[in-house]
Amino acid sequence: MNPVAKLAAAAAIAVALLLTLDVVSAAVALALELVLLPLLRIPLRRFWLRTLPLWVAAPLAGVTIALYGRTSGRVYAEFLFARVSEGSLELALATALRVLAIGLPALALFLTIDPAELADSLAQTLRLPARFVIGALAGTRLISLAADDRRSIAMARRARGLGDRNPFSALAGTAFTMLVVALRRGGDLAVAMEARGFGSGVPRTWARPARFGAREVGFILVGVLIGAAAIIASVVTGSWSPLGS
Amino acid sequence: MLLLGASGSGKSTLLRALAGVLGDDEGEALGSLSVAGQAGLVLQNPDSQIVMSRIGDEVAFGCENLGVPREDIWPRVRTALDAVGLDLPLDHPTSALSGGQKQRLAIAAVLAMRPGILLLDEPTANLDVAGVTEVRDAVGRALAGRDSSLVVVEHRVEVWLPVVDRVVVLSPHGVIADGDPAAVLRDRGGELAAAGIWVPGHTPPAPPRHRPEPVVAETAAGLTVGRDSVPVLTGLDLAVSGGEVLAVTGPNGSGKSTLALTLAGLLPPLAGDLDAFGRGSPHRWRSRDLLPLIGSVFQNPEHQFVASTVRAELEVGPHALKRPPARVDELLERLRLTALERANPFTLSGGEQRRLSVATALATSPRMLMLDEPTFGQDAVTWAELVALIGSLADDGTAVVAATHDAEFVAALADRTVSL
Repeated sequence: MNPVAKLAAAAAIAVALLLTLDVVSAAVALALELVLLPLLRIPLRRFWLRTLPLWVAAPLAGVTIALYGRTSGRVYAEFLFARVSEGSLELALATALRVLAIGLPALALFLTIDPAELADSLAQTLRLPARFVIGALAGTRLISLAADDRRSIAMARRARGLGDRNPFSALAGTAFTMLVVALRRGGDLAVAMEARGFGSGVPRTWARPARFGAREVGFILVGVLIGAAAIIASVVTGSWSPLGS
Repeated sequence: MLLLGASGSGKSTLLRALAGVLGDDEGEALGSLSVAGQAGLVLQNPDSQIVMSRIGDEVAFGCENLGVPREDIWPRVRTALDAVGLDLPLDHPTSALSGGQKQRLAIAAVLAMRPGILLLDEPTANLDVAGVTEVRDAVGRALAGRDSSLVVVEHRVEVWLPVVDRVVVLSPHGVIADGDPAAVLRDRGGELAAAGIWVPGHTPPAPPRHRPEPVVAETAAGLTVGRDSVPVLTGLDLAVSGGEVLAVTGPNGSGKSTLALTLAGLLPPLAGDLDAFGRGSPHRWRSRDLLPLIGSVFQNPEHQFVASTVRAELEVGPHALKRPPARVDELLERLRLTALERANPFTLSGGEQRRLSVATALATSPRMLMLDEPTFGQDAVTWAELVALIGSLADDGTAVVAATHDAEFVAALADRTVSL
């Protein structure tokens, strides 16, 4: 599957769910997604680990809005600035469902995207400039090296007697050294890439084709249909409430 | 062709000029340079020249940039990987390769571009002994039966003698010797060795040692070391004594550095007892309390630089202890850094950075010194200086722990060796 199709499908759902803020649309989209997600065959453990932040963020967002969201209808409880009302409860539920309905497909689809494939399709399908796409791809590889650097630098600072400082000044010092080391490595990488003909002006070929055919169109269509179903259900049940209303 | 010369003689610059990667804004160029066919450059550090996350894509990268049609790329990729003996699936992750494998991959990536000239800039300087042989043999095999040229810059002559048939010696004033390897080394061997090149038969002499009576500095009993709670070594019983050089040796990944860093109080032991200078396990000490007792020198000197000048770098330790920086001038003098005292540590050469990193550890006169690969990639002159300095520290009663795969270092200094 072309990664661009995955991104487009996730975007279609997100756009549809940001048009309205009601419970019905988010619930319908989420229900459809939960039926379809197993088809992506993501290992369960990995799925839960990566989507864990969403399962934490969605109820937190809900609770916040239940307490501090716009008051309407019957008021159930009040404490200082917090006021739980019929309206704020409904908005809270809608928000929590919406966070999941937009976030789950986006994260799940992103999990199945390989950076190299994404670069291929961004350059070949979307025709983004190769210089930019390959440069960004090479950059992602340096991130894992930076994590090792950070550990060594933290140990070195302890060895040099700077490990007892307050965490903020330590952070600044570590960040500076990491930046210098990363710049040095980035410079070396740029030389190595240039030596291998990168950016020479010769039209570049692509070793792996990025296909965009019926499968991809179909996949995007699924995303569009989920969004459409959510909107239709919301309008039909009379719960359509666009942002700002 | 093996290209030799003292540091600063322009070997790397020449190689980069041949590869066509010297920018117009990096200096002046006179005269003309013509290269027949494509030039392929392989650099020293395996980590800073791999672009892609899978080995097949990595080798294909150069072909893509040259505009090679897709159907021709994959056969070229397979041939190039075969040439360097990397018999792995094309989707094997590049991050899972050893240093030697990464350098072979870099060579394959260049071979797939069908270069007329293969340029190697110290391709084995960052590798252990097994990796060095692996890469040298891969180059020999890849070149056999081809009419491409090889130019290699390396200060360890012995490694490349089996595959080169010409040696050129550079000085800042131009070519000073050019010819058959045996003849050039016979006529110029002494001179080259004095310029820091490792010439067979000119190994720097080991300094004389007069070992003082060893005094126990640190003891480990049933020690387990590892990182992120993953044990690498278990059940170690070990004593480190003042006046003694303890070498920790073993192949890459055997846990040399992990053990050394644990003994230096920088990594927590996972199990067992550790006691240094009767004050318990050093990883529980405050950072400042390490300074007068345990000094550490890291594999990559840049990781330990925190100041903007060489002098300020040496004053960091004494300053943290609120002591006057009494030894700074002496250390600058002793490690030949006086002329550089106002330079930024990050702008120094590899050898200068190594000398400075040792000096910073010595500035607070620690009773124990931990060195992680102290001689990694050093030229013969810096090597001899380091060996002499470390030997004299031990003679003065300092306990020295060195994680190293440098056999000459072990032969010259080690009083005791722990092989992992």
